[in-house]
Amino acid sequence: MDLLRFITAGSVDDGKSTLIGRLLYDSKSVFQDQLEAIEKRDQVNGQINLALLTDGLKAEREQGITIDVAYKYFSTPKRKFIIADAPGHIQYTRNMVTGASNSDLAIILIDSRKGVIEQTYRHSYIASLLRIPHVIICVNKMDLVEFSQERFEEIKKDYINFASDLDFKGLEFIPISALNGDNVVDASPNMPWWKGKTLLGYLEDLELEEDENKHDARFPVQYVIRPQTEEHHDFRGYAGQVRSGVFKKGDDIVVLPNGHRSKIKSILTHEGEVEEAFAPMSVTILLEDEIDISRGDMIVTEKHVPNVSQDIDADLCWMDARALVPGNKYLFRQTTGSVKAAVREITFRIDIQTHHRLDASQLALNEIGRIKIRTAKPIAFDNYSENRGTGSFVLVDEGTNNTVGAGMITGSN
Amino acid sequence: MTTRTRLSHLQQLEAESIYILREVAAQFERPALLFSGGKDSITLVHLALKAFRPGKFPFPLVHIDTGHNFPEALQFRDDLANRIGEKLIVRYVQDSIDQGKAVEEKGKFPSRNAIQTVTLLDTIAEFKFDACIGGARRDEEKARAKERVFSVRDEFGSWDPKLQRPELWNIYNGKIHVGENVRVFPISNWTELDVWEYIRSENIPLPSLYFSHKRQIVWRENVVFPVSEFVTLDSSDKVEEKTVRFRTVGDMTCTAAVESEANSLDDIIREIQTSRTTERGSRLDDKRSEAAMEERKRGGYF
Repeated sequence: MDLLRFITAGSVDDGKSTLIGRLLYDSKSVFQDQLEAIEKRDQVNGQINLALLTDGLKAEREQGITIDVAYKYFSTPKRKFIIADAPGHIQYTRNMVTGASNSDLAIILIDSRKGVIEQTYRHSYIASLLRIPHVIICVNKMDLVEFSQERFEEIKKDYINFASDLDFKGLEFIPISALNGDNVVDASPNMPWWKGKTLLGYLEDLELEEDENKHDARFPVQYVIRPQTEEHHDFRGYAGQVRSGVFKKGDDIVVLPNGHRSKIKSILTHEGEVEEAFAPMSVTILLEDEIDISRGDMIVTEKHVPNVSQDIDADLCWMDARALVPGNKYLFRQTTGSVKAAVREITFRIDIQTHHRLDASQLALNEIGRIKIRTAKPIAFDNYSENRGTGSFVLVDEGTNNTVGAGMITGSN
Repeated sequence: MTTRTRLSHLQQLEAESIYILREVAAQFERPALLFSGGKDSITLVHLALKAFRPGKFPFPLVHIDTGHNFPEALQFRDDLANRIGEKLIVRYVQDSIDQGKAVEEKGKFPSRNAIQTVTLLDTIAEFKFDACIGGARRDEEKARAKERVFSVRDEFGSWDPKLQRPELWNIYNGKIHVGENVRVFPISNWTELDVWEYIRSENIPLPSLYFSHKRQIVWRENVVFPVSEFVTLDSSDKVEEKTVRFRTVGDMTCTAAVESEANSLDDIIREIQTSRTTERGSRLDDKRSEAAMEERKRGGYF
């Protein structure tokens, strides 16, 4: 059994919470005591209000909206699922970016009566920007358009036109009714014209292996294990999690950014030595030579070497109430490394509704733009489009210690 | 050559948790692992062995002993710390009460759950812990579902769910001001079933409480409640002997048992797979109000 992480997006009334509630309920992941708790509360048309299963905070239940990302879990005999339930409001763009950063797939809901709207574009744009490989467009509330195939096809055509400049590896459309459960877990008798899979069927069958970057071996050093005991006097292990690719015993490696070379002596796990380690295994690597390596360095194989530079171009989602202006300095945190950095330029701001590039002197909360940033020391990285693990970074404000920006590297300059 | 290049879901969860534990070791000066002798913190200790051996743990194990713990759990706690040779620090809620810092609840169901926070915060201050690792999971409760992996608490230990730091990719931000601390939850993404399946696959020893045994009980609010010196019985309570086990182990005053014949990990997993109630359904502390957990967490509870 493996693991699929996905995010759900959609505007406030598109039925997102109901859909999640339906997935949990129909896959029998809701417990009796949870049901009893929500049954005590209001019911919609005599049915249980499934949306109440997802809102965890008092303020959310009071206001009936989702404020922050919540994580939900369910599993079927085939797969375990982690849902990042992100808010739909525009002011919570940063929360959608947060949920999207770890997702393999995005479900975007469209209300069949309203069709493709501005919000749809915004959510699709973020999914594309964050390089979520797979997107499922759930055309919801089909019960309110008489389960019309024509209406479904029309929305599908509109979406394809409108998303032509977005980049998804896989794009699927499914007509559903989250409220009644049509095509969510069980195939709908109301839409005999639909020959495709149900939503759950799709989530269960999706091939994930091909999404992984297998050719670039990347191992950011996290922690150096040096017991200095009698028994392990000379032990010096580099602990970390393989970010992408495969490392094998005997591989020639380079340590970046300093460029030292060595060979892998052994790869250890708690169970003992292994011949190879691949993403996302957490292992400890021992090298043939004594070289100076510390947290933040990246061990890579000689075959495909990442970029090393101090000058980086990136797409940035700004997450702080205080706007970003050129000249500001932050802590730049990428993989396990941390280095000071100054934002040199805001190249453009993106209008998330239209995808147009606009001139910008600053980035305000929840805005996304392209920046040039200079780090105090060279760092090793890949472009985000090739490697989400080594191409992503966050900016930390050293005054408040808050995480204020989420960056995706597009290149060096 | 054909190699398997995808990890199973348990292996993925394990790798992620080890990564988080190592982040704590690297980012903080004085971390601690909160250890109660329950299955989740036992799993954390097992993961820490994987993260740091052959080195020592870069943190002590810390237990806030309410004085109402099951003796089996305490014995297990001491034995485990001895067996792995790691430091165990215990601080007592009773001391906080004796010092007048905490006041025992009144009534028929007095619980030390709330005042445990007082001792925890004092312990954090005493040792200047900047990070406390805990075994909470997001699937336990709806307020927990909102919790970050690195959850910043202010100088009063409070959690503000509306002011959480965004947490992106697997880049964890542990930067804090003096006096603040971070609660770290390495098994956030595990479910109850994942924990049990992992315990089975790794053959991790557990206190006997988790397996079926005969015990004196009374019925309280439709749950099976263990009789102990800390529970006040009155004429309306009828003491019976039942075959029970515990699905979650907290204080004797708030942890209910379930009637069960399950005495092996296979049995337990089968039981959980078919159970119609959540693990926390047997915790009276959560049943006090709809937002009970959220309120406690805002106040500095784990």
